[in-house]
Amino acid sequence: MRKVAIVGVGMTKFGEHWERGFRDLVTEAGVKALEDAGMSGAEISAGYVGTMAAGSLIGQEHTGALIADYMGLNPIPITRVEGACASGSLALRQGLMAVASGMHDVVVVGGVEKMTDLDTAEVSEILGGAGDQEWELFLGATFPGLYAMMARRYMHDYKATEEMLASVAVKNHKHGSMNPLAQFQNEITIQDVLDSKMVADPLKILDCSPLTDGAAAVVLAPLDIAKKYTDTPIEIVASAQASDTIALHNRSSIAGVKAAQIAAQAAYKQAGVSPSQIRVAEVHDCFTIAELMAIEDLGFFSKGKGGEASLNGETQIGAKIPVNTSGGLKACGHPVGATGIKQAVEISWQLQGEAGKRQVSGADIGLSHNVGGSGATAVVHIYKRVN
Amino acid sequence: MVGIVGYGAYVPKYRIKSEVIAQVWGEDPDRIKKGLGINEKAIASSDEDAATLAVEAAKIALQRAGIAPKKLGALYVGSESHPYAVKPTATIVAEAIGATPDLTAADLEFACKAGTAGIQMCMGLVGSGMMEYGMAIGADTSQGRPGDALEYSTGCGAAAYIIGKDGESLAIIEDTHSFTTDTPDFWRRNKADYPSHGGRFTGPPAYFRHVKSAALGLMKKMNTKVEDYDYFVFHQPNGKFPKAVAKMLGVPPEKIADGLLTPNIGNTYSGASPLGLANVLDIAKAGDRIFVTSFGSGAGSDAFSIKVTDRIKNRERGKPVSEFIAHKEYVDYATYAKYRRKFKGM
Amino acid sequence: MKESIPLTWRKIPDRYRLLGSLCKNCNSHYFPARHVCPKCRRKGKIESYQFSGRGRVFSFTEIHAPPAGFEEQIPYVMAIVELAEGARCTGEIVDVLKKDMQIGDEVEMVFRKIQSNDPEGLIHYGFKFKKVKK
Repeated sequence: MRKVAIVGVGMTKFGEHWERGFRDLVTEAGVKALEDAGMSGAEISAGYVGTMAAGSLIGQEHTGALIADYMGLNPIPITRVEGACASGSLALRQGLMAVASGMHDVVVVGGVEKMTDLDTAEVSEILGGAGDQEWELFLGATFPGLYAMMARRYMHDYKATEEMLASVAVKNHKHGSMNPLAQFQNEITIQDVLDSKMVADPLKILDCSPLTDGAAAVVLAPLDIAKKYTDTPIEIVASAQASDTIALHNRSSIAGVKAAQIAAQAAYKQAGVSPSQIRVAEVHDCFTIAELMAIEDLGFFSKGKGGEASLNGETQIGAKIPVNTSGGLKACGHPVGATGIKQAVEISWQLQGEAGKRQVSGADIGLSHNVGGSGATAVVHIYKRVN
Repeated sequence: MVGIVGYGAYVPKYRIKSEVIAQVWGEDPDRIKKGLGINEKAIASSDEDAATLAVEAAKIALQRAGIAPKKLGALYVGSESHPYAVKPTATIVAEAIGATPDLTAADLEFACKAGTAGIQMCMGLVGSGMMEYGMAIGADTSQGRPGDALEYSTGCGAAAYIIGKDGESLAIIEDTHSFTTDTPDFWRRNKADYPSHGGRFTGPPAYFRHVKSAALGLMKKMNTKVEDYDYFVFHQPNGKFPKAVAKMLGVPPEKIADGLLTPNIGNTYSGASPLGLANVLDIAKAGDRIFVTSFGSGAGSDAFSIKVTDRIKNRERGKPVSEFIAHKEYVDYATYAKYRRKFKGM
Repeated sequence: MKESIPLTWRKIPDRYRLLGSLCKNCNSHYFPARHVCPKCRRKGKIESYQFSGRGRVFSFTEIHAPPAGFEEQIPYVMAIVELAEGARCTGEIVDVLKKDMQIGDEVEMVFRKIQSNDPEGLIHYGFKFKKVKK
């Protein structure tokens, strides 16, 4: 297997893009990534794209072909992959495997979602499809409701508080305020979160990631030719994915995400690094509780200690392990299919020293953690700066 | 002969007091309570309807009967509030209790007496030997027009009866007699949200004539008299009519007290006299005789003479009516309006 | 989701009665029903199983932002219920609000309307749970 590097990255601003559609967004991100790699496009031999629900959200299937067409990449083979909110990371993994295996040399990987063309209730229902439609959603559960039940159990098992949950949102908004591409760049307080409208008890609206339009893209190449395209290639040193039951109720524990724990262990083993060596991480904080579970599942904090660590500021930039420097799903936004790729983009910028005001000093190894549904799919990637 | 092998009742948890309704319409609460003899009524939650009420009652009837649901040869649901205009409630109930597919099922409608009509049909089917057991349910989530006198009385509840051979029965149905005429005292046209009624016409020519005639007809047929019975259950559209008809028939007030539930749960329509009977069966002793007369507007009455057997001890397997009546939570008028879908656009 | 008659119909017995499955090889209970035992895989002996409907609350939430079809019910409590036989399922807890709920509460199955959004469409029924009075 060949070593693979990211040689170009690009993303749109995340937010409500009333004037721009699915193909506009993904084209912008793709072109930016190609520009970043100094490529014309002719170098690209294949494409992969992660998008969760274009069919439901904009009535468009066959999005791979659409994207190749609008990016002027025909006739390359291009493939759409779907794993709910982890679709982006699945696409990244497909691209990585294609290059590592030697099947393709240079590939472009994109993630995109256009979510604001429908009203919020309809979009929420579509996102609910990431859970078990027949045995969770149909019966009255909502997607926030599933995470709320995880939160309730987590709080019960580990004596965690709503303030601890809120501290995740506060920190991610603070990080988002330093990211010009973030959907929310305003700071909020713990009290703001606690006072916000209840969605699914104990999760309030400020515990939830927003609906977002956006796209992100990366260009992958074999590491041995990466310097042809960039002075700062970022090697992907681990890619691991695991699955679990589609319905939350069938998992032995719901105060953590087992698939993420398994993927993390596999990724650390592949990369030959330990959690304490990770300098910056982008984790899947679709709800505040998800970040608390993530920082434990990834081994940054022991089980049940994530809440306190978060409340104590240990996941902020400059602290023990900076988590979600982009603002995370909460503040940077969560265009579901794009999120996994955005995480790779943010980690690349961090490892390249290109993260501006939110730069983590000395960041040499980074990690991304992307979860589909309530934890039925989890993907962990580890990235290294190439010296 | 045939009898009641098992019975079950269900009354939803929520209650609204007559005075709360009276306040909304500027009525004198005491006059309403005294005039109608209704203190409060039971109302179903927004996720309950006649089918769900029927299922809960049917399950308890099966527990008491101790028979497998697949042994039921017939299932009839009597209601004036069937959830669908076209599509049977009985199939929903049969599927939910696990009685499908080898049985006959149908919905009945005869205002407040569709439940007892089902009991008579099951008596015929079992008595003729066509089947071993039949289930008849009276279930309603009836609606009264906001502000109408009916709004104080229309309650929600259900009772289910499994009819089988007399040897297996906890109470034998000794005989039945009906009295039926075309008397338009109360009706609801297709697509109308609420029923209309003839006001005072619902009294003498409708309720009193039919209940009295059916009751006297059965006693004449059986050559029995009031003194032969320990309990009387009459249809109870309000708290006053059953007391008045008891007086006309010479039934002492203490003999109707246990079968009169309307003052505390409202008129549960098809469930009303069956629920009253269930409450009596909950307390009666072996050998007691119970006289039941239903009434359905339109109009007709079914009278039954029932004798309790020593198998009545099987009632311990099921939850008594009194527990349902005691387990309650009061709601305000706005919540009641939400639960009973009185808002346009819901 | 747009209403589908066949999709609704084929799950009616399971949803109305809490019909699941049991693997006779390892004695694990599953709800909803499965065709393959995840523990025994091809060695599993799966058969239909009627759950008692009794169980305990494993976790719960109170929904304030409802999905389509549930607008008139808010707020309502949803829970993961651990059935007495060991399987877990998701369902609504009726006639309560979260202030009356605790993890570990005993519940039993009731039959209720699940959703009936479209006044001209189907009424969907199925299992929910209510707290068992102590």
